[in-house]
Amino acid sequence: MTKQIRQLDRVVIRFAGDSGDGMQLTGDRFTSETAQLGNDISTLPNFPAEIRAPAGTLPGVSSFQVHFADYDILTPGDAPNVLVAMNPAALKANLTDLPRGADIIVNTDEFTKRNLAKVGYASSPLDDDTLDGYAVHPVALTSMTIGALAELDVSKKDAERAKNMFALGLLSWMYSRPYESTLRFLERKFAKRPELVAANVAAFKAGWNFGETTEDFSVRYEVKPAKMPAGTYRNITGNAALSLGIVAAGVRSGLPVFLGAYPITPASDILHELSKHKRLGVTTMQAEDEIAAIGAALGASYGGALGVTTTSGPGVALKSETISLAVALELPLLIVDVQRAGPSTGMPTKTEQADLNIALFGRHGEAPVAVIAPKSPSDCFYAALEAARIALTYRTPVILLSDNYVANGSEPWLLPDVESLPDLRVEFASAPNGEDGTTFLPYLRDPQTLARPWAIPGTPGLEHRIGGLEKADKTGDISYDPANHDFMVRTRAARIETIPVPDVEVEDPDGDARVLVLGWGSTYGPIGAACRALRQRGLPVAQAHLRHLAPMPANLGAVLRSYDRVVIPEMNLGQLAHVIRARYLVDAIGYNQVRGLPFTAAELETMLEEVLKNV
Amino acid sequence: MSEPVALKLTAKDFKSDQEVRWCPGCGDYAILAAVQQFMPELNIPRENIVFVSGIGCSSRFPYYMNTYGMHSIHGRAPAIATGLSVSRPDLSVWVVTGDGDALSIGGNHLIHALRRNVNLKILLFNNRIYGLTKGQYSPTSEVGKITKSTPVGSADAPFNPISLALGAEATFVGRTIDSDRKHLQSVLRAAAEHEGSAFVEIYQNCNIFNDGAFDQLKDPGIRDDHLIRLEHGQPITFGKDGQFCVVHPPGGFGLEVRETANTPAEEIVVHDAGVADPAYAFALSRLPGFDLRNTPIGVFRSVARPSYDSVVQAQVAEAKASVTETPEQQLAGLLGSGDTWTIVG
Repeated sequence: MTKQIRQLDRVVIRFAGDSGDGMQLTGDRFTSETAQLGNDISTLPNFPAEIRAPAGTLPGVSSFQVHFADYDILTPGDAPNVLVAMNPAALKANLTDLPRGADIIVNTDEFTKRNLAKVGYASSPLDDDTLDGYAVHPVALTSMTIGALAELDVSKKDAERAKNMFALGLLSWMYSRPYESTLRFLERKFAKRPELVAANVAAFKAGWNFGETTEDFSVRYEVKPAKMPAGTYRNITGNAALSLGIVAAGVRSGLPVFLGAYPITPASDILHELSKHKRLGVTTMQAEDEIAAIGAALGASYGGALGVTTTSGPGVALKSETISLAVALELPLLIVDVQRAGPSTGMPTKTEQADLNIALFGRHGEAPVAVIAPKSPSDCFYAALEAARIALTYRTPVILLSDNYVANGSEPWLLPDVESLPDLRVEFASAPNGEDGTTFLPYLRDPQTLARPWAIPGTPGLEHRIGGLEKADKTGDISYDPANHDFMVRTRAARIETIPVPDVEVEDPDGDARVLVLGWGSTYGPIGAACRALRQRGLPVAQAHLRHLAPMPANLGAVLRSYDRVVIPEMNLGQLAHVIRARYLVDAIGYNQVRGLPFTAAELETMLEEVLKNV
Repeated sequence: MSEPVALKLTAKDFKSDQEVRWCPGCGDYAILAAVQQFMPELNIPRENIVFVSGIGCSSRFPYYMNTYGMHSIHGRAPAIATGLSVSRPDLSVWVVTGDGDALSIGGNHLIHALRRNVNLKILLFNNRIYGLTKGQYSPTSEVGKITKSTPVGSADAPFNPISLALGAEATFVGRTIDSDRKHLQSVLRAAAEHEGSAFVEIYQNCNIFNDGAFDQLKDPGIRDDHLIRLEHGQPITFGKDGQFCVVHPPGGFGLEVRETANTPAEEIVVHDAGVADPAYAFALSRLPGFDLRNTPIGVFRSVARPSYDSVVQAQVAEAKASVTETPEQQLAGLLGSGDTWTIVG
């Protein structure tokens, strides 16, 4: 039969199933197929911390949302147009996010009495009025997959496990996705077990063919490619981009990279990725704890490497004392904090921006460091390079505040030309710098950068001792002199405060906005989408986004004061707002949410509309 | 390779311009002088030697050595030195620590450095007391120790540092005494020659807060009846007249001290630091009690195992061996790996 083809400008699909159902993989593949087609994309995985929560339960539900469009988009989408629910738990956990009219594809094989009871359904939602108003497509995914693989030499268990590929095949057909990359992927993934390649490919094709033949799916959709700048793209997660940024910083500085890390969600993927790049001079060490991880990184920096440590909030707390030592030693050090919901263990796989305070202030003594936050998955690459640039140029620890949302979310990335990346080369001290021509003064500063010389062991004639005790200006000798301590504390503050960072840019296309929305880090997408929606409705609103949180851009105060109202949405209880109010005496309004999930553009739009009404 | 040029350094070359600020009479002075006098033997240029320390009296040591040095934070010296040593295999990296620094706050880093066999020479100055914080008991103080923080006596049992290091898979374990320069330098020599972690416990007198802690090992009148001087390949006998010896009684797990006169010569244990099973060195470490009778000094254990540094460096070297592209070309290839697509303008 001939199917009707309908054009759409954007679609949000959520794949949801049990932790063991392979939903992350399914979402990844669908995203990759979609990227090949040239749509703009944004993705949001959402999974439990438990590796295998009890099967079929609500806490065990894992999902992957992908938003794709024929124009540039900023978020993974507020609400799905399509939900693929592999079991009753996946349906129940996600139904509240679904607007009426959305398509729901359910795996009917899993809607057994037992599975329904596990999540508290007294009767099947497929039979009662629970799903009234939705376009429900009941599909016997498991049994059809097993049936499709009957001729193949695979166990029933392996056949059943291929059902996610059946779902992927069906969705790929529905949205006219090119599937060659998925077939190639399956060949790579199961290279050692050809029978599984055959099984998964067969399941995928069965799903595709089911869509083509069944009358339940009468419409097929197309989303045209987005108009994006020319060049070569890849889809990339924030953690992958951040890892590549660190590798690039090593190449562009000509320094070996040394990563000291202790496994912690959601930062471990950076350790995994960097451990693959020894060819490019990256050494990784899985340390015995968070403190050793940063200690080893600092030791490597002392020896002339780019020392890096990666962690999440609890790890930053443990590293605090060593960061203070690095402040006193004035050595380059990159600390990556992929923030997650706290306090304590909190919700390790959920996002939050609540480590701004610890990054800015969480040390003993006056111990200022530079702080930078990426605004999107691909921006993690450039933020890592910028963090490395500041660390190397100004000989200081730099904290890079990523979060779970940008770390695991993905978007297309226009690959940069390597030669266009910043030149990060540094000069080590090689000769005495004292006036007598023979003395070495380890704390004699560069008048421009206020950085001290980086004299690495192995350099003859520059033997010197450094440590955590207060040092005399210039000589670096131990000093308890009151005036010297006062001078050194102020100098350490000044050398961070005077790092030149780019001015904050304001997006206010018509220039008539009276309300400014100020954000930092991963809220860039939802804030941007909300501002766009308001402007399309004729409501002027300006957006500014901070990449540099310490030091702050020189023009920020003037920008803030030029608006009648400043609104600061944050996934914390107002940490940036607190700083802004204290620093600039601006009566900023906080809008705060700590649900472990990113803002939706819709909630920000509603909130901003209220603010606009009252200006 | 050509013969290394003799650098002709002297102890004076290793003295920094900093005023030494330990209490008069502290055992640390003797250790510092012994180390400074020993260093020229290494024939390593000063700039390639680094001393890393934590916090405590002993940890001021790097300031007084005219080499590179870092006085870091409490307990973390082994971790910091690990990062330095792994990324700079050309350096000779020494860690100076104390019983509180290494065994209390920094215990985790010590055992993991030893387990990994990082190429560090770790000198633990053990005075069985907290000196810099003015006299609290330490993890090597005897049970019942009366200090400012334990006015009616400490309740916790101490560590035996040698046993601990052996349990942590150390490949080199030695013990020496601050006051015996010749012996101290002989153990340093063996430690310096060892590839991987070398753990050296140095009994050090704190004359302010724990004076005389090791007097039985120093008093010429009695020391020979307390000290067992371990020498590789030699039967273990000790005492002024060699009247005591060490045997491995059949059926027992450990070693015991006997009178030499009543022991057949073939039953006396011949010291072998290279025994693969750490149980032997462990048994040696359990001979003394807290009265310091039967205290072995010297090299308990010295076995070969590839250092962590060398394994890590070999992995990097192997990965780089096949590379023909420039780093920039490799990076461009890496950025463009995986599924890519091209949009034509």
